[in-house]
Amino acid sequence: MDWVFILVSAALVNNFVLIKFLGLCPFMGVSSNLESAIGMSLATAFVLTLASVASHMVSVYVLTPLDLVYLSTVAFIVIIAGLVQLTELFMRHAAPLLHRVLGIYLPLITSNCAVLGVALLNQQNTHSLVDSAFYGFGAALGFGLVLVALAASRERLALADVPEAFKGAPIGLVTAGLMALAFMGFTGFAKL
Amino acid sequence: MSTVSGVAILTALTVFIVALILWVSRRWGSNDDSVVDQIDALLPQTQCAQCGYPGCRPYANAIASGEADINQCPPGGQAGVDALAELLGLPSKPLNEEHGTPQPPMVALIDEDRCIGCTLCIQACPVDAILGAQKMMHTVLASECTGCELCLAPCPVDCIDLVPANRPTIYPKPDSIAIRVQS
Repeated sequence: MDWVFILVSAALVNNFVLIKFLGLCPFMGVSSNLESAIGMSLATAFVLTLASVASHMVSVYVLTPLDLVYLSTVAFIVIIAGLVQLTELFMRHAAPLLHRVLGIYLPLITSNCAVLGVALLNQQNTHSLVDSAFYGFGAALGFGLVLVALAASRERLALADVPEAFKGAPIGLVTAGLMALAFMGFTGFAKL
Repeated sequence: MSTVSGVAILTALTVFIVALILWVSRRWGSNDDSVVDQIDALLPQTQCAQCGYPGCRPYANAIASGEADINQCPPGGQAGVDALAELLGLPSKPLNEEHGTPQPPMVALIDEDRCIGCTLCIQACPVDAILGAQKMMHTVLASECTGCELCLAPCPVDCIDLVPANRPTIYPKPDSIAIRVQS
């Protein structure tokens, strides 16, 4: 399968946040500040790509030969939690400033359902190793794109004259809904 | 049979990942960072750059890596040097006068009649203690100001003065240092 095709499909057409509605908690939680949104999407991109490769390998070389596919969800959760921990350790060593900025957000990736969703969808669609990596990276691209876009609009909304009842989270949710509507325009561009 | 092997595989997977994490934390452990944190906690956080580094955290980094000496922080005074010496197990030494002498706690005060609203001091302030906007009067948040003097030089109309601060010390954590020195 064409890799560009997979990337576009995972990032835009089947955007994990706005079309599949996965990973909504970081989408709403970390989008009030552009800088932390960028950091969060970088960290998620790293973990997501690694996690889709690692879970694909475990799925193909361990679970399928032993007829244990029904354990995929548990195994993937263990893998993702371990990877997040490793990323945090490595980041504290390599980029202490980024680690300070992300701080509490990094462990949140563990419970980002988009990460688990990518791993399970890879297995469901029987992607090859490279395809899984591209699918995970594409999903991360789409996640980062909409997260940064929402953070940018919410930073502007903070200064806008929003009606009292809509201030804060409500207008954020309305914005996310409008973005989801806009992303529906991509439907049919590329089908996986 | 399948249940047993399933449990075994999951256990093996978990053990493998935990071992990997342990190995990585040994290899790239955060020990260095925690030393920097401890040194940083002893520094007065004036961010005055008199030590020759852009702020307290970079100076703490430099001390931890052996690049800088422990006696380059005038706002910390001799008490600060002693505390650093005790933390790092080094012999204490007199404060290096090249970097300045300890001053009584000061706070910046803007003469608001003379301020022209140029925002130069806002950009110079390392702790964001100055409020104001283009062509608007500026003012200093006395509770945030560390008296570092960095805003004096950029002011084109010399409207900033340092006045004695109305507080006993400029340390954010005066107790911890005092107790260390006494004991």
